[in-house]
Amino acid sequence: MIPESHRFPDRAGLALADEGLRLALDRARQGFIGNRRKAVDALPEFQELREAARRVKNHTLANLDLYLERFESQATAAGGQVHWAADAAEARARILAICREAGARTVTKGKSMVGEEVGLNEALEEADLEVVETDLGEYIIQLAGETPSHIVAPAIHKTREQIRDLFAEHHAPLGLGAPGLGNAELVARAREVLRREFLRADVGITGANFLIAESGSTVIVTNEGNGDLSNTLPRVHVVIAGIEKVLPGFEDLSTVLRLLARSATGQEMSVYTTVSTGPRRGEDLDGPEEFHVVLVDNGRSAMLGGEFREMLRCIRCGACLNHCPVYHAVGGHAYGWVYTGPMGSVLTPLIVGLDKAHHLPNACTLNGRCEQVCPMSIPLPTMLRKLRTRGFERGFGTRTSRMGLAAWGFLARRPAVYGSATRVAMGILGWLGRRRGAFRRLPLAGGWTGVRDLPAPEGETFQRAWRRRGARR
Amino acid sequence: MLPDGGATAAHSFAERPACRPVEGFLGEGMAMTTGSGGAPSGARARVLDAVRAAVRREPAEAEAEAAARREEIEARIAAHEVHVRPSVEGDLAMRFAEKVTLVSASFAPVPGIDGVSRAVANYLEEHGLEKEIVVTTDPLVERVRWSNEFAVARRAAEPEDRVSVTGAYAGIAETGTVVFVSDRTTPTTLNFLPETHVAVLARDRLVAHLEDVWARLREERAAPPRTVNFITGPSRTGDIELQLELGAHGPRRLHVLLVDA
Repeated sequence: MIPESHRFPDRAGLALADEGLRLALDRARQGFIGNRRKAVDALPEFQELREAARRVKNHTLANLDLYLERFESQATAAGGQVHWAADAAEARARILAICREAGARTVTKGKSMVGEEVGLNEALEEADLEVVETDLGEYIIQLAGETPSHIVAPAIHKTREQIRDLFAEHHAPLGLGAPGLGNAELVARAREVLRREFLRADVGITGANFLIAESGSTVIVTNEGNGDLSNTLPRVHVVIAGIEKVLPGFEDLSTVLRLLARSATGQEMSVYTTVSTGPRRGEDLDGPEEFHVVLVDNGRSAMLGGEFREMLRCIRCGACLNHCPVYHAVGGHAYGWVYTGPMGSVLTPLIVGLDKAHHLPNACTLNGRCEQVCPMSIPLPTMLRKLRTRGFERGFGTRTSRMGLAAWGFLARRPAVYGSATRVAMGILGWLGRRRGAFRRLPLAGGWTGVRDLPAPEGETFQRAWRRRGARR
Repeated sequence: MLPDGGATAAHSFAERPACRPVEGFLGEGMAMTTGSGGAPSGARARVLDAVRAAVRREPAEAEAEAAARREEIEARIAAHEVHVRPSVEGDLAMRFAEKVTLVSASFAPVPGIDGVSRAVANYLEEHGLEKEIVVTTDPLVERVRWSNEFAVARRAAEPEDRVSVTGAYAGIAETGTVVFVSDRTTPTTLNFLPETHVAVLARDRLVAHLEDVWARLREERAAPPRTVNFITGPSRTGDIELQLELGAHGPRRLHVLLVDA
């Protein structure tokens, strides 16, 4: 998809005015945060696991060249075919070529964030392939022509009424009427329609939560079982995965799996964790005849070599989104691309360019919750701050905010000037606001006072009050 | 082919044909490192060069250093070092039964293989299901003598199948997970297409942790099977207004029979 991240302020404004979205986001926050909390509290070893996982991933990333080569050699030895793509265009072209060689007409897809990242669906559809998303949430947004608004629950912003209407519209050609509004009826309808798709698909495309260097295996983690039907039923199975997904061995996988589901949904294990190695074996009764893995770089090697290497530890659990006040206010679509919330605010500028996404690192209160809950201990706030610095250095942002930042920078480096300037400013503001105790309007503070009052300062700076207190003590 | 960097290798790679499943996925070395997918215009080289440049501590890592790193990672993989495991105390079967129930599956102990037919019949009757079953042909399920009230098929799953009975490779007490592997006797589709899935798990296949399954697989299989399914409860989705609904794409019901075989 084409990134719309440069329009973040407008999109955030629209999202804030959307009452339905507000309800959906509240529901999500309560559900995800509470479930994760319970799961983490029930596992005394959680912190130890976090540390172990961080070590495993750091080691793997430091030797990523060798682990990728080993993954490739083992996957090939098992009868699979490994392909490489330096960027999104190469990934699309490669997968399209595989589909063409397979003579494919229809493709079923398990959920894949890197698939979204490279715009795979659009490319396949342009080539006249029929592409069906099979994760229920992805299927719903595909019918609606939208993008995921949450990494774990892509259709979190849709109400059951909207889903019923989408099904009624899109299933009419199949001779099916509008389903009922019950959860069970909607899920049963999707199951029925998608089952037909699985059975007639020529190619199944899935992502990979992990790649295992030990055996050349790919691993997917789902709750619905859609990934497994995509894995197993079509004649050709294609896995698309970022190069950072590799882990050395199965013991390493075990450690990270214990963190993934707990952090994502509060489960101890997701329902289906599936390890695929090569195509079906000679005497197997089912399984794909071809097994392809497409390894995608698309900006990752650049992250690996720079100060954002730690971002490559991300396992896409969504915990940072669920605990982010900004994500909760504006929802996923405001971010304008595939990745949202704190992880998206780091990944999007790094993949599509800071010039197109410089707003995102600023959409952060630096409260630090994302880092606290990240199972892979990624220092998201630090990274966002670094991206802000880069954005400032490269001249992004409005003139007013840049001038403000420059003025602040000038003052902050001169303590004496800072002290007297703030003393004067606080004195004036305190005097001006003494009657109401708050301001309805204030020059340069329109962003704040446009929607709420700004409390007036009491007329004294913190530093002065502190000194006075210290003197008294 | 790159030189075999693994001094840890018990036997050298040259003895092993490159392009067939590696014997023992313990993987003592690199089978081959040439690109295999016919990637266009050196994408492989470009990606790997970029990664190499990014991880090198020195601008030009000497081949000796690369070899040392390679040796290090081969040794690390071969060591199968276990990191942190949650404590699993007490009786494995009790813990397994408790966990499997918590994930909305059901559980019944069966005293011997002769009791399986009755146990499956009871379960199907309880849920008002026909006694038409598709079963795996692994050694455990093959030993079941199905009473003549059953219509039994032995094959991969077909779309109309309602009930499957499949032999499990292992059960994990830590999480209430049932493990299935694919081979000529145990097709993967039986774990996913039917609405009702009955798993037959031998008591001596119960293990405490996830790691124990990898250890068994390495011990018992020359190469990893095409598919290993770790299944923890029946299929579910929360994609509509975050409300949990069972039976999204896979089975709506998962029933586990723990058999003293």
